[in-house]
Amino acid sequence: MSVGSATEADDSLQPAGQEAGHGWGVDPPPLGPLAYFTCLKGIVWREILRYLHQRERFLSALVRPLVWLFIFAAGFRQTLGISIIPPYQTYILYEVFITPGLIGMIQLFNAMQSSLSMVYDRETGAMRTLLVSPFPRSYLLLSKLVAGVSVSLLQVYVYLLVAYFWEIEPPLYGYLTVLPALILSGLMLGSMALFMSSIIRQLENFAGVMNFVIFPMFFASSALYPLWRIKESSVLLYQICLINPFTHAVELIRFALYGQVDWTSLAVVLVFTAAFLGGAIYAYNPSKGLIARRGGPGGS
Amino acid sequence: MNMVSEPNVKTEAAPALVVDNVSHSFGETLALNDVSLEVPRGAFVVLLGLNGAGKSTLFALITRLYDNVTGEIRILGHDVRRNASAALQRLGVVFQGRTLDIDLSLKQNLLYHCALHGISGREARARSKSALEFVQLADRANEKVRNLSGGQARRVEIARSLLHRPALLLLDEPTVGLDIDSRESAVRIVRSLVAKERLGVLWATHLFDEVELTDLVVVLHKGRVLFSGAVTEFLEKTGTKTVSDAFRALTGITDTELAA
Repeated sequence: MSVGSATEADDSLQPAGQEAGHGWGVDPPPLGPLAYFTCLKGIVWREILRYLHQRERFLSALVRPLVWLFIFAAGFRQTLGISIIPPYQTYILYEVFITPGLIGMIQLFNAMQSSLSMVYDRETGAMRTLLVSPFPRSYLLLSKLVAGVSVSLLQVYVYLLVAYFWEIEPPLYGYLTVLPALILSGLMLGSMALFMSSIIRQLENFAGVMNFVIFPMFFASSALYPLWRIKESSVLLYQICLINPFTHAVELIRFALYGQVDWTSLAVVLVFTAAFLGGAIYAYNPSKGLIARRGGPGGS
Repeated sequence: MNMVSEPNVKTEAAPALVVDNVSHSFGETLALNDVSLEVPRGAFVVLLGLNGAGKSTLFALITRLYDNVTGEIRILGHDVRRNASAALQRLGVVFQGRTLDIDLSLKQNLLYHCALHGISGREARARSKSALEFVQLADRANEKVRNLSGGQARRVEIARSLLHRPALLLLDEPTVGLDIDSRESAVRIVRSLVAKERLGVLWATHLFDEVELTDLVVVLHKGRVLFSGAVTEFLEKTGTKTVSDAFRALTGITDTELAA
């Protein structure tokens, strides 16, 4: 800051201060539904702005699934025959089969990345500015989750657009019917990541997250191969896949993309979302949670 | 006193901040030991303490980062635990670390804060604009925070903390790392609001030259309040001429410890 502006401050403080003084001394009104909506909107808006500014993150979120689609799927296509299984009514290309899995992967990565950004926020203090907002803490966390899900929706639809030109052409109404499924699976993965970020300090290390969370969840699921195929080779692995919530997120998306509902997956996703969300809210609760016991975000 | 913590009671008479017999520990360590202090409306209260004295813990409790286990904290009469929302609505904070989004513009940062307080639309834009004018940065509203100097960023943070017109402003070592001019202008900006808007300020620092004779001072040492009152009284009681001497006399620490 220059010396000039420091000395000028005195003269112009008065008039500007009066303008800034609008509303001083007036008791703030209680927070109504409109204020709640403003808060949610603000948190989502910030998250999207931040995402759009991080060009590398934007690109890598798009490139990652496309590499799988263009290279991995092309190579795998010949080795793996897919029989007709619901929701598909004809023989399908392998690319079509793994698209819901790749969508799940986009959301999984995004969830992990936003929970990492919360760890980062916690360190820099941006988390504290969020938590001194007068809205209930559970609402703030939920808004933060919705913000992360919004970013993932953006990524998924851009991916689907590119994939469309690669002969992945679900029915047009599928683009609409998949939306609620995407929101749900995004919420589940987001709340899982949020819960993990609140209990695991080491989450800062993204390599660790890849090894211990993303890879096992992704590979032990129905993202890359149909479950009946896995069952043929290993019953144990099949059972692991069945209890993996990611499998159910993928199946939910797979059916929704064709306008259908996989009720089992829907139920599983709902239960896991509630459990993870409850855990995250508990962990961030100032009196009971883990922040208090550990000395708090950024607390030294 | 319990009466004033009800939401509908006139809060005009209540002090900006009351901390009443608050203790807090992390496991075995007692970080705060029966701390009581008060920030009247329109008062500039300096919280003096070395690193590790418990200032940050106290701030964490007031901002409800974690709950105060014993005792009571009230902001303009609203208990932070029982009536957190009303209390936080009346609280502005400038944290020690940098908390702005550096890739967003000044204006975007302020609008985000408005949203966190439920303020939207034209009102939010008007407040952000006048807040930037107030800290002399209106012409840089659309620039990224990344391009600001440390002193300028601090001024934006002060502007941000005032957007929702709090009755109490907490500042945690706000001038650390700033050059002399920036320090001076930060102090002046905050002091002007104390006089004009009856803002209650709790200014935590270990820099003794930021204390003025008309201020109130609270000395926090090893989790205990050793003194609380007017600066003149502080000097009188310790029989010293400067605040730093008074601090040394009271806490019994030596110059070398102080330097460390």
